[in-house]
Amino acid sequence: MSKETIPEVNSFVEECVKTHGRFLIPILQDIQSEYNYLSEDSMRIVSEKLDIPLRDVYGVASFYQAFSFTPKGKHIIIVCLGTACHVRGGAAIADALSRELNIKPGETSQDSMFTLETVNCLGCCAIGPIVVMDGEYHGQMNASKAVKLVQSIKKRCSDG
Amino acid sequence: MVKLKSGEQLDKYCEDILKKARKVPMIAISSGTCGQARGSLKLIEAFQDAVKEIKGEVEIKITGCHGFCEAEPNVIVFPDEIFYRNLKPENAKKIVQATLKGEVVSEFVHKEGGKDFVYLRDIPFYKKQMRIVLGHNPKIDPVNIEDYIAFGGYNSLAKALHRRPEEIIDEIKRSGIRGRGGAGFPTGRKWEIAGSQKGDVKYFICNADEGDPGAYMDRSLLEGNPHLVMEGMIIGAYATGATEGWIYVRNEYPLAVKHVTMAIEKATELGLLGDNILGSGYNFRIKIVRGAGAFVCGEETALIRSIEGKRGESRQRPPFPAVKGLFGKPTNINNVETLANIPKIIEKGSLWFSGIGTETSKGTKIFSLVGKAKNTGLVEVPMGITINEIVHDIGGGSPDGKAIKAIQSGGPSGGCIPRELFDLPVDYESLANAGAIMGSGGMIVMDEGTCMVDIARYFTNFLREESCGKCVPCREGTQRMFEILEDISAGKAQEESIEILEELGSVMKDTSLCGLGQTSSNPVRSTLRYFKEEYLAHIKKKECPAGVCKEFIRFSIDPQKCIGCGLCLKNCPQGAITGELKKPHSILPKQCIKCGICMDVCKFNAVFKKV
Repeated sequence: MSKETIPEVNSFVEECVKTHGRFLIPILQDIQSEYNYLSEDSMRIVSEKLDIPLRDVYGVASFYQAFSFTPKGKHIIIVCLGTACHVRGGAAIADALSRELNIKPGETSQDSMFTLETVNCLGCCAIGPIVVMDGEYHGQMNASKAVKLVQSIKKRCSDG
Repeated sequence: MVKLKSGEQLDKYCEDILKKARKVPMIAISSGTCGQARGSLKLIEAFQDAVKEIKGEVEIKITGCHGFCEAEPNVIVFPDEIFYRNLKPENAKKIVQATLKGEVVSEFVHKEGGKDFVYLRDIPFYKKQMRIVLGHNPKIDPVNIEDYIAFGGYNSLAKALHRRPEEIIDEIKRSGIRGRGGAGFPTGRKWEIAGSQKGDVKYFICNADEGDPGAYMDRSLLEGNPHLVMEGMIIGAYATGATEGWIYVRNEYPLAVKHVTMAIEKATELGLLGDNILGSGYNFRIKIVRGAGAFVCGEETALIRSIEGKRGESRQRPPFPAVKGLFGKPTNINNVETLANIPKIIEKGSLWFSGIGTETSKGTKIFSLVGKAKNTGLVEVPMGITINEIVHDIGGGSPDGKAIKAIQSGGPSGGCIPRELFDLPVDYESLANAGAIMGSGGMIVMDEGTCMVDIARYFTNFLREESCGKCVPCREGTQRMFEILEDISAGKAQEESIEILEELGSVMKDTSLCGLGQTSSNPVRSTLRYFKEEYLAHIKKKECPAGVCKEFIRFSIDPQKCIGCGLCLKNCPQGAITGELKKPHSILPKQCIKCGICMDVCKFNAVFKKV
């Protein structure tokens, strides 16, 4: 991931303000999806442009799960922990991936390759447990299938 | 695109669509999020290729979810409504060929109890349903507004715009419809309060922040038939005098966001939304807001704060949003499913609607039937049907012969209902009296392999993380409850923990600020009410009867069944399995972390759990 410069972020935030007006959350959502996280600089810029105290911008950003203050990894793995996935063993999948990647849910691996996340429900309950790998939904997973999925991506990366 | 300036022009537009419609068989491919997760996108390609190759007169329609998720990806062949389930791309050609000849490919039809079910209407999963809201999903391409209009879409809006707002509110009141999002407040009454407020600016919000884990009817409606929800919303906005509308959608539903965004554009182009709707002089705009991942934002006051760009913390009511809501203006909020019912009520009248259901609960309700049932999916049933009928007749009972123990209804704020009470009719009051709630309609089936202490712990953990933290009883109560439940499932608790849980529960119910907090002890209270012996087994006997709580179980290998293939040994992340190739393996209890991977990978069912 390239390191963004302050003037870049500045003009990006200006664009967001043009699109969304004074609505803070959509602006933060756009920054999150553009840069994969909310940097301190970006929040300062938002605070200045919208004339909202920085503590409030941070307060909102820290309240919602969609925002992260550290850059996310290249591959994002989401394990659904909704009720239906839970009764079919979703938690064991999250545990197994945690061990395989050596990170806790919500964290990113040191090499910035993987971010492991959990979600409360993706609404695909009938085909749970669900794992979403880089936007692709995998239904009827179990711990060993999920680990193999990650291993296949690791292998692909190391093969170039 | 033309701008429609009256109801007559809409009629004409509809006639033109019907005139140019091809009179050929139609293959409708279910492609909601579940369908896509099961490979519907490749299936669509295969069908399109097959039609091109055979050059047949068949129409391929990409639709939202057909409701029968277990059978994904599936297709329905119209006009006969032949249902083909769990298809693979290589099956497409055969189906297209058979359709052209008017034949049925029996290998792909639904099979149950040794019988073949060719037609949708005969399949037990669909037979007892009454799909007045979901019914059009399989016939409509959600990104094509013409499909919706062809089935009489926006007719109810045209009709409503000719009536006075008070007349519409009366009609909705007489229908008896109550909110489908949780609390069950009468919709007509809500509209009346919002409508009677003075002021030039009023808002109308569609709450699509479907946060209850295990419920996804709103997603299916927004993905599969967004115009239906929008039509209901515009009618409601007109009736309450709203000038601006918001649809607040969960960020976890990307396909729903996409389809609604397209629907807003199309409806605006056609003059069904925006300025001077259908030439009536009424103006209404809809904006879409994506949630940012907070369960509490399903609560109306928290949702409003979230749109305002603040932390999603709930506030005390009154004043209710209908009086003082978004940006301090009168605001009406309805759930997706509630709004999807409105066009039908206007079309067929309140008398028709109030004829369905029970004395206090009118119409139908969509449930997402998931968990340990054979036929899982979205089921729309008339209120008053029994839980038994939903679980056994529609759901087909247990998938693997394990006895069904209970259902959990209403999401984290709901409760469990044991099988002894499965004769209960499904309506707002019966469910509440049994300690659960209708809620948004999640219905999770649980069998002997589900531990009720684990379920209570699961929901309490969920609520502990999602509590906004503003009031103490909810913030600290859920935390303390979770700690006690952790102790129980780890075998560290004493018998008095049960008393503490009960006391905590009633304080949280009485003193929390909002609906989330007041109901946050329901999972614990309802499982204690019906399954206290499971709690006692954990505490006194130090065992988990369902074999779920890790502390009390041990994985073993049956030497009779193990052929020594070595697969478990290879896959064990801890090196906790020993054995020589072609000889029975065994598990080293000290190293084993009970992850269950050995059980997942074993092809001979040789790994088992000892309780």
